[in-house]
Amino acid sequence: MTTQTSVAAPAVPRRRAPGAGGSTLLRRRQRWGWLFVSPFLAVFALLLVFPLAYAFGMSLFTSTLATGTEFTGVGNYVKAFTDPLFLEGMLRVLAFALVMIPAQLIVAIAAALVLDTLATKLSKLSRLLIFAPYAIPGVIGALMWSFLYSPRFGPGGTLFNLVGLPTPDFLAPGTIFGSLVNIVTWQWAGYYMVVIYAALRAIDPSIYEAARIDGANGWQTALRIKVPMIGSSMVMIVMFALIGTLQFFTEPVVLRNVAQGAIDAAYTPNMYAYSLAFSYSQFNYASAIAFSLGALVFAGSFVFLFLTRKQSGLK
Amino acid sequence: MSIFTQRTTEAAEPLTTATGVPSHVDRSVHGRRGRAGRAGGRRIGSHVFLVILAIYFVVPIWWLVVAATKDTAGLFSSPAFWFSGDFSLFSNIAELFTHQGGIYWRWLGNSFVYAFAGGIGATVLAILAGYGFAKYDFRGRGAVFTVVLGSVMVPLTALVIPTFMLLSQYGIINTPWAVILPSLLSPFGVYLMRVYTQDAVPDEMLEAARIDGAGELRTFFQVALPLLRPAIVTVLLLSVVGTWNNFFLPLAVLTDPQLLPVTVGLNRWTALSNAGAGGEQVWNLITTGAFISVLPLILSFLFLQRYWQGGLSVGSIK
Repeated sequence: MTTQTSVAAPAVPRRRAPGAGGSTLLRRRQRWGWLFVSPFLAVFALLLVFPLAYAFGMSLFTSTLATGTEFTGVGNYVKAFTDPLFLEGMLRVLAFALVMIPAQLIVAIAAALVLDTLATKLSKLSRLLIFAPYAIPGVIGALMWSFLYSPRFGPGGTLFNLVGLPTPDFLAPGTIFGSLVNIVTWQWAGYYMVVIYAALRAIDPSIYEAARIDGANGWQTALRIKVPMIGSSMVMIVMFALIGTLQFFTEPVVLRNVAQGAIDAAYTPNMYAYSLAFSYSQFNYASAIAFSLGALVFAGSFVFLFLTRKQSGLK
Repeated sequence: MSIFTQRTTEAAEPLTTATGVPSHVDRSVHGRRGRAGRAGGRRIGSHVFLVILAIYFVVPIWWLVVAATKDTAGLFSSPAFWFSGDFSLFSNIAELFTHQGGIYWRWLGNSFVYAFAGGIGATVLAILAGYGFAKYDFRGRGAVFTVVLGSVMVPLTALVIPTFMLLSQYGIINTPWAVILPSLLSPFGVYLMRVYTQDAVPDEMLEAARIDGAGELRTFFQVALPLLRPAIVTVLLLSVVGTWNNFFLPLAVLTDPQLLPVTVGLNRWTALSNAGAGGEQVWNLITTGAFISVLPLILSFLFLQRYWQGGLSVGSIK
């Protein structure tokens, strides 16, 4: 270790005073800090910042067979935000977010609250079974449900005919929305349940004692104490669910195999961007769509975090 | 500084125990004891509710198990939730080895390679960066970390088309790298590792190691790394699962059938089977293939229960 004692490093504002060490040590430390984070930052720059910048650059051009590639500025964005296919897709994923996220949350919270009051073998097994779909890839889950929904293989007919009802068509334009909500809820609610359950377990049990002495019953304890105390977990879950739902892609793409009539190629903004890029080779416009979607999702999550800063404790 | 690392007062207390180990690790032990006594295990209504939920979540998986044992005729004719007369699981598996030259196993192997290469790479990067952010007060740390954290909100699928265009510029489209390289990016993993490192690795221990003459690398490998094991398993699990489940990226960047992961491959078979041509209908292979492909993950979740039950929530408790 070489120590140069006379060098006075500029005082770096620190939140925590170091236990020991002078200014040289401090600078060595600074360098080590950068060394530790630099491999990640390199990947971050190459695979996130650079592609985004590249796509943004692409989105400012338009190429046609007649005129070649020319600079059109925000032209593609004007086109995107007046393109009914993009706007309908955007509204559709917003509708999915409004229905799907509460559905998943209600199932997850109810299951977690019940599990939190039980410690039996059966409750442990249920927790495992409810979580199980998370271990199944989205594609495979959607494939499984597409079999179950199918009028050819599915049990729908048998089940509904038993109670004297006609066989419903789960893959019709009118029902596909609910069918997709069901798939995603099935896939994710168990994961959210595990997260909420862990947050509930982190609450100090002495609070419940206090509540009981004050005369709170089980329901009151659950709704007035437990739910408010896991606010930050819920904010995280909703944020990730929101980001996931707005980029809805896998499930509708897989169901499109069996429900071409109900799901068109521009059903969600991501599907639209995909088909523009890979079916029509309109990479410039596809970049603009992808970039717009990314910006809207980013802005939406940011606004959501801002609005819920009280619940989450984030400032 | 960052928006995430600020803690609420009510959350700050139960988070860290005197030993500096995040509380959800050892609280699960105390908690279990405390709650077992309170619950008594005789709540019929609660149990009925749980069983109904569990049935809903498990029935499609049961269907898959049953369907994997049927041939195509059986899939059409027998009840969906029960076995048909003949048990065709083994003949289906045998057919997976011969159909299109056994390409299914190639797909499964590809999935393994992509998931582990991407997952391990992402985890290593996250451990290093999380440690750097948590334990070194370098200049610009706050700003850089805020940018990284903000990128958690950038939807990854919005990156697929840009990544495709960029990778095709460099001629690595339609190679394994086109899937593995983008999978290395895990800002959320970095966030998890930072949060966990802050709590689990006491500054005093690092200082003590340094005073004893250990270099920065040795301090990291011998002092910090062993303390981070639960978080490492969690981040590894999350990133391996993430890459294994990925669909949009490989769908966009791979066209060679030999390179597909099993998710995209099975979707391709389904599309072909639905398109109708008699010889291309391989429903029995799709169900058996799907069944085999979910086994590794289901089994690893079963065996790694200890880790994910506490670990999946590391980031969200705060």
